[in-house]
Amino acid sequence: MRRRWANAAAIFCTCEGIAAVADGADKTPLSFQDMILTLHAYWAARGCAILQPYDMRVGAGTFHPSTTLRSLGPEPWNVAYVQPSRRPTDGRYGENPNRLQHYYQYQVILKPSPADLQEQYLGSLAAIGIDPLLHDIRFVEDDWESPTLGAWGLGWEVWCDGMEVTQFTYFQQMGGFDCKPVAGELTYGLERLAMYIQNVDNVYDLRFSDAVGDVAAVSYGDVFLENEKQFSKWNFEVADTDTLFAGFKAAEAECNRAIEAGVPLAAYDQAIEASHLFNLLQARGVISVQERANYMARVRDLAKGSCKAWIDSQSERWTAKYPGWML
Amino acid sequence: MTDFLLELRSEEIPARMQAGARAELEKLFRAQLSAAGLETGDLTIWSTPRRLALIAKGLPEATAAVSEELKGPRSSAPPQALEGFLRKTGLTQDQLEDRDGVYFAVIDKPGRATADVLAEAIPAIIRAFSWPKSMRWGKESASSESLRWVRPLSGIVAIFGEDLVACEVSGISAGFATRGHRFHCPGEITIGSASDYAEKLRACHVIIDHEERQAIIRDGAAKAAADAGLTLVEDEGLVIENAGLTEWPVPLLGRFDTAFLEVPPEVIQLTARVNQKYFVVNGKDGKLANGFVCTANIDAVDGGKEVVAGNEKVLAARLSDARFFWEQDLAHPLESYLPKLESMLLYEGMGSLREKADRISTLAGWIAEQYFPERDPDTARRAGLLAKADLATGMVGEFPELQGVMGSYYAEQGGEKPGTVSALQQQYVAAVEGCIPACVALADRIDTLTLFFARNIKPTGSRDPFALRRAALQTIQTVLVNGTRLNLKRLVQKSHEIAVANDAIRQNLENLDGAAVSVELLDFFADRLKVQQREAGVRHDLIDAVFALGGEDDLVRLLARVKALQAFMATEDGTNLLAGYKRAANILKQAGEVSGTAAATPPTDADAALLAALDTAEPAAAAAVAEERFTGAMAALASLRAPIDAFFDGVMVNDPDEAVRAYRLGLLSRFTGAVHGVADFSKIEG
Repeated sequence: MRRRWANAAAIFCTCEGIAAVADGADKTPLSFQDMILTLHAYWAARGCAILQPYDMRVGAGTFHPSTTLRSLGPEPWNVAYVQPSRRPTDGRYGENPNRLQHYYQYQVILKPSPADLQEQYLGSLAAIGIDPLLHDIRFVEDDWESPTLGAWGLGWEVWCDGMEVTQFTYFQQMGGFDCKPVAGELTYGLERLAMYIQNVDNVYDLRFSDAVGDVAAVSYGDVFLENEKQFSKWNFEVADTDTLFAGFKAAEAECNRAIEAGVPLAAYDQAIEASHLFNLLQARGVISVQERANYMARVRDLAKGSCKAWIDSQSERWTAKYPGWML
Repeated sequence: MTDFLLELRSEEIPARMQAGARAELEKLFRAQLSAAGLETGDLTIWSTPRRLALIAKGLPEATAAVSEELKGPRSSAPPQALEGFLRKTGLTQDQLEDRDGVYFAVIDKPGRATADVLAEAIPAIIRAFSWPKSMRWGKESASSESLRWVRPLSGIVAIFGEDLVACEVSGISAGFATRGHRFHCPGEITIGSASDYAEKLRACHVIIDHEERQAIIRDGAAKAAADAGLTLVEDEGLVIENAGLTEWPVPLLGRFDTAFLEVPPEVIQLTARVNQKYFVVNGKDGKLANGFVCTANIDAVDGGKEVVAGNEKVLAARLSDARFFWEQDLAHPLESYLPKLESMLLYEGMGSLREKADRISTLAGWIAEQYFPERDPDTARRAGLLAKADLATGMVGEFPELQGVMGSYYAEQGGEKPGTVSALQQQYVAAVEGCIPACVALADRIDTLTLFFARNIKPTGSRDPFALRRAALQTIQTVLVNGTRLNLKRLVQKSHEIAVANDAIRQNLENLDGAAVSVELLDFFADRLKVQQREAGVRHDLIDAVFALGGEDDLVRLLARVKALQAFMATEDGTNLLAGYKRAANILKQAGEVSGTAAATPPTDADAALLAALDTAEPAAAAAVAEERFTGAMAALASLRAPIDAFFDGVMVNDPDEAVRAYRLGLLSRFTGAVHGVADFSKIEG
């Protein structure tokens, strides 16, 4: 292969800048729900199955079994979903414009990670109205680790004008097991992105939905302000700690029974339950520093045990379908 | 001679790893080429977040042909030896040279095309590349053998002269094409050779030279501040980090609400720097002003207005968080955070931080009483008690780097004495200055050292997980910077005594003998002192010579003596006296136990002269040492040099007359004893 350059031609850039966002800047920014619908359409068009939220209380979209368990094993897996996420200690009784004990994550899992994952992701930002020649998008090192899931990955937090809008991770391990192949995970912080796009300073002022005809628009506060007040109070002051401790123990025992019985999906539900009860106990301030590490180790054991049981239950099928695949 | 260009393009490389990656690329490239027999002259290595690039100027077209000579068996050796040699070299017997009865094989290796060497070197470099953390990706990652890189590797450009160096790694083939700036020029661009690489990229909004980007940020940030009548607070670490985050850096000035300036400047600077990678700026009064400089990676179509507005919003949210912590923390006096230290545990079995606060307090008060009698033990106790309280505050929980600094602000706001404020502020620096700060810092570090040593947990080799060496070094620095006269052994024993008063801690200690712990720690300090003083040019053997006397645990006095000794050893008197000492010590060693009675009077004039000199020098040296006039002590020793030289010249120690011999051995023993009164010369090298 040989390529000759007759002479040093004038040097100029021949490629075109990235396509600007389609309809100009004066368009009304997307409402919260339209942002979600746009992301659904965007990822559906790229082959993702659009799943629904998992029907349990979880701390992040990563806990959804469609991420945790499905990131293990050789089978391709491309999904997107919204996951309501609960972080009891982040509650502020509805008084802080940026902090919530319940919020939404938009989660995309692409396994194996495609070569153009970054480009696909940037396309999704453009789709919801972020012009990368007007806004400074950056990939800043941020390695992800979840001690309670025994998981880690490398990637970035994606900045938009200095604000973190997405966690972008290439999963390397889940439940202590290598991800083979590696899945790419995108976790969008929906409220933050929406606040950015809609240019509001208080999360409760977000337009959740637009007015249609004589049906009025709904704000994020209309939907969630009362929830934040009541759940902050319950998380921090009301929740009965004896019940929570008992629930933790029960979930732990049930998880182990389910692992024994060879129903890892059910076992994993109990691991999620234990993890959330632990978070509530933390919010109630009844777990000392010393005990904290102990509880986290117990949750990790449940998650790892569930992952292992999941692998055990599937590996025969996996190796039959993908000869040569090994954990 | 031909130039070579290599570009390894990937997804964003963490900024902090880029300098190391450049060094690694250079090392591996040189190693690969030198293994193939190619000289690599000047290499240019560049990095951006998305690429590592290397240009090697003036490589030869091919490696030189080499002729390798191998020595074989003697021609008289048994046939098996010859057969083995022929097998090894792949030659026949008639191709060997017989030189004086020894076979030699001469193997000519033709030169190899450099392009071929490079085509093998590139995949080898990529596979051998060591990153602080690396990962797998894509469908290849289904196999354990898949390539690892810091983030997915997306392209390789390898051009030798104007020719492609065809090679492939994990499905990625080298080519002429790369990509420009992610947003300004996302399409493919074709590189012709090493010589047009940088300029082609520049035309596509990528400044490949990291140093040029650093200069743009350094100068641009300063200018952005100056244009607004402000002064940039320089921060080279931020310059390098931002250059590692951008391919087309554009520094932009932003503002924040002046109301945030009521928060301590350290907090604002840390928030801006650590969380957002912004520079901060000072106003005309030299104080922190309500501005910052961020570094964008685009030439925004609106000149950066939106980018600045967005960054201002993020910083405002961060600063209101910080102000929230500041106000929350100030709502209660610093002392009220002490109970929260109870649930913060130190290393297993060493109790809580609350208990440590009490120990620091007690020991700091004791140090102030013992060694700073004119000062204020009450304040030392108070400062010691409060030293760790800020670890329970919201601000330090959020910004652990501000430990100490926040404590001092909260102490100041709470009306604590200036000594306490200063003690809290300085407690984590190496050399802590001032009475109260020194008492607290020494108490803190001695407590740590005593507990770990009494637990028999000590640094080994390169492992020092609890930073005990640093604690010892900082103790030394603090003692010396203040010229504090204290007895380290006594201090350790006191610290041990305080620790064992706590039952739970005592149960976990292995060594309950405080005196023994203090001896071990003194050795540890001696080692640290030698390392620390090496930079100041102080000889380690002289430190040993003084430590070997035993009992010296006052570092200030010890160093004064060592320094006087070092000055003395640099004189002719010193070196001669050392020679005389070694000779005397040898003779005494050989003599062993002396039997017989010594003569009553000096047998000769030389004996009498040495005796007289000793009679003068001994008390003079002893008095000088007692009064810490170490130069005087050296002078007293110097007065022995001429008599000892004359003695060795004039007499024979091992005189046939047993009484004379015993007398002279006695004299020598007094001589070495007099020298030992100042330093153990047997430890001195030379």
